[in-house]
Amino acid sequence: MADKKLKLGVYWGASCGGCDISTLEIAEKILKVIEIADVVLWPCIADIKYDDVKKYPDGFIDVCLWNGGIRNSETREIAELLRKKSKVLVAYGACSSFGGIPSLANLYTKESIFERAYKTTESTDNPDGIYPQTTHTVAEGELHLPEFYGSVYRLKDVVDVDYSMPGCPPTGKQTWNVIEAIATGKLPPKGSVVGVGDKTVCDECPFEKKTEGVRIEKFKRPHLDRPDLTPIPELKNKPQCLLEQGFVCVGSATRSGCEAQCLKANMPCRGCYGPAPDVEDQGAKVLSAIGSLIDTKGDPKRGEEIAAQIVDPVGTFYRFGVANSVLRRAKAPSPL
Amino acid sequence: MLFSLSRVTCYVSRKVNMAFEPKILGIFCNWCSYTGADLAGTTRIKYAPNMRIVRVMCSGRVDPQFILKAFKDGADGVLVAGCHPGDCHYIEGNYKTMGRIPILKQMLTQFGIEPERFRLEWISASEGDRVAEVVNEMTAQVRKLGPLSWKSATDTKDFK
Repeated sequence: MADKKLKLGVYWGASCGGCDISTLEIAEKILKVIEIADVVLWPCIADIKYDDVKKYPDGFIDVCLWNGGIRNSETREIAELLRKKSKVLVAYGACSSFGGIPSLANLYTKESIFERAYKTTESTDNPDGIYPQTTHTVAEGELHLPEFYGSVYRLKDVVDVDYSMPGCPPTGKQTWNVIEAIATGKLPPKGSVVGVGDKTVCDECPFEKKTEGVRIEKFKRPHLDRPDLTPIPELKNKPQCLLEQGFVCVGSATRSGCEAQCLKANMPCRGCYGPAPDVEDQGAKVLSAIGSLIDTKGDPKRGEEIAAQIVDPVGTFYRFGVANSVLRRAKAPSPL
Repeated sequence: MLFSLSRVTCYVSRKVNMAFEPKILGIFCNWCSYTGADLAGTTRIKYAPNMRIVRVMCSGRVDPQFILKAFKDGADGVLVAGCHPGDCHYIEGNYKTMGRIPILKQMLTQFGIEPERFRLEWISASEGDRVAEVVNEMTAQVRKLGPLSWKSATDTKDFK
């Protein structure tokens, strides 16, 4: 492989663009990437057209890093195209792996989304209630727009995916680990999750939990309450676990690999590395952990009152993967 | 020709009157509620047959994933039954349940599953009649709500 450059493709579906930018977190190693790879598709940085890609032979792209979820028909068609044109297709980031933040839209319907976006947002002035259409005829011919789907999907819901890398975005270290593995041909079996550890975020966390007996009677919010960062001698001189302190931290059900970057900045984990190994439904598992810590004192009413402090369980526990949950989406329409 | 008019009418009306029978999953703890359900059986109490009961050792074992999977796979309702607070065989197992279930209920509501479809009850080993009461009540409630049909209700038919 030394004399032939890797043909690299990077594409974005329903994406914020953060994953494309995050590839720069490998810092000076980007120069290594340029040494070993040729970019054959990367809308964020290069003006290579769909028509160019369609002309590539099948399997032409050695590695395609796909970020973003599947929200409309264009994204799906390009996913199918890139699957044909790529040897290895990697779902890069939380959105392609789990649906990501865009999949929070699965709590709503296409109708309610369109109504909000095109009619009722406070700064919108659309008295005739005009919505985008998939086709429109003008003098010069017919114009087409992709069809907006009713739900957000993961990449693997529309094509076969070889590997997936969680993270919002994946960390620079893990991105480099995966690029290195690809370049040296040392990849695990197909279908594996890569760029991850095999434990939960707790394993990498700078905080330490006390032994049994800690219960939560009031949930704290990071923007309103300060965590107690005092190092505790009995806890290996580390401060007490944020979840035990009452902050909703979903790290106990989240896959390791990110080196607990958020915790190192004193912020509770929000779950962007997706479910821990062997966990099917991340939100349910973390609900179970957090619910079991509630200080009910044996009184169901007290349990209900404390639980009610979590106003948006779906948004909090499935922030990065409603599309990856057991239920996948809300039954239309969602009341909240 | 073999069918008289009355027979045809009867057949048609039987089809039309085929009421929806809810499928309800019950997850009962071994020491109290499941034993209570056994008592309802041995004392021959008649009650609605719509609940399929699964036995766990403790209501604290109930993983929220069970409930989500039940609804996804066709259950119209789910009942979790455990020991009365203070009576748990494992001391605090049901305390954990009473912390988890309210959050799960709110989560299910956000997903569009009506809160009446999901219930937590404390039933002791001697409360066979309470089992019957709860099952009858819940069956009637869920029958009124209608089938959940999760898979078809959430299929946005974008492609296939």
